[in-house]
Amino acid sequence: MIYKFMQELKRGVFTENPIFVLALGLCPTLGVSTSVENGIGMGIATTLVLICSNAMISIFKDLIPDRVRIPCFIVIIATFVSVVQLLIKAYFPEIDTYLGIFIPLIVVNCIIFARAEAFAAKNSVLPSITDGLVMGIGYTVALVVLSALREFLGANRLLGLSVIPGYSPMTIFVLAPGGFFTIALVLAIINSFKLRGKK
Amino acid sequence: MTENSFAVFVQISIGAIFIQNFVLSRFLGLCPFFGVSKKLSTAVGMGLAVTFIMVISTIFTWTFNKYVLMEYEIEHLQTISFILIIATFVQVIEMAIKKYSPTLYDSLGVFLPLITTNCAILGVTLINIEGNKYTGLPFTFAEATVHSFMSGAGFLLALVLMAGIRERLELANVPKAFEGLPIAFISAGLIAIAFFGFSGMSIGG
Repeated sequence: MIYKFMQELKRGVFTENPIFVLALGLCPTLGVSTSVENGIGMGIATTLVLICSNAMISIFKDLIPDRVRIPCFIVIIATFVSVVQLLIKAYFPEIDTYLGIFIPLIVVNCIIFARAEAFAAKNSVLPSITDGLVMGIGYTVALVVLSALREFLGANRLLGLSVIPGYSPMTIFVLAPGGFFTIALVLAIINSFKLRGKK
Repeated sequence: MTENSFAVFVQISIGAIFIQNFVLSRFLGLCPFFGVSKKLSTAVGMGLAVTFIMVISTIFTWTFNKYVLMEYEIEHLQTISFILIIATFVQVIEMAIKKYSPTLYDSLGVFLPLITTNCAILGVTLINIEGNKYTGLPFTFAEATVHSFMSGAGFLLALVLMAGIRERLELANVPKAFEGLPIAFISAGLIAIAFFGFSGMSIGG
């Protein structure tokens, strides 16, 4: 049981990582990865929505007619996003001000839709929940990696603590252009590992 | 139209196209930005389709927010109702274009289903509710419409720039590890730096 879960986890984090391998859900990824705290907050919010919507869709998959499944999925996803949005507003108002518009935009995050369509609509409840969990973890890991790089390079800090005293950071990395550069570098590093593996 | 409100429109327009460009500074609509920017002609088609849907959905969501959600104090239903309005109208527009203008459908039609799940559309409708940072008041109907039109124009501009660069990149000698998406991200980052220069222009905000 645990072994099987680890296999799934490996799939979510490495072989089918939503950001690095499938390149889904780029907008919130680049938008919120300015600090590790934001990355973790966004990752958890997305994971929650992913688990709940995957569970709900796999429960109702036989009742939803095939032709109107996309609007149905959108309504289900949007409901859970609203729930998460209200929870964050009530309990973590600081995170709400940082993430701002990107919380409601979880609705149109391609990852959630892709998992609903590719997995939850074909599998039973428990595997769907597991799939939501591992994909959410993979997404969170990718977000944390990106935001850690950006926070370190751009502000010389990690989780708000300064890292190297006396080092003046490259502010560009926490600004918009830095987001593009960071993800380009990470993807290139992954590619070079893949190329080396092929030789 | 008074002179003052004209100045506000100019501020909104320059802000939406250059200073807070949807793709390059707000990070919205990245999926189509990287997905359809390989050819100039498709990039123009996608940009026009997005602009069109942005304006139409702003007109409907702004009105719905003002006269239904705010009237009955159910603003927490904003996300769910906006996405439904957008999805519905994209569908209706697709059918209408298909029926009345097959030529337009051939050039824009393929992009329309993609647009429902484009975060730029939901993004612009939500930003229009947030308020106008130049006047400090909520967007009026006219301001919201202008803002979404100009945001669409900014999206189109970024997409066309990117497509031009990517057509050249096809021929360029790129390091193996950077081929494909990574080099596209690097180019986007360089364009973003150029656009970052405009942030010095932000007036009163």
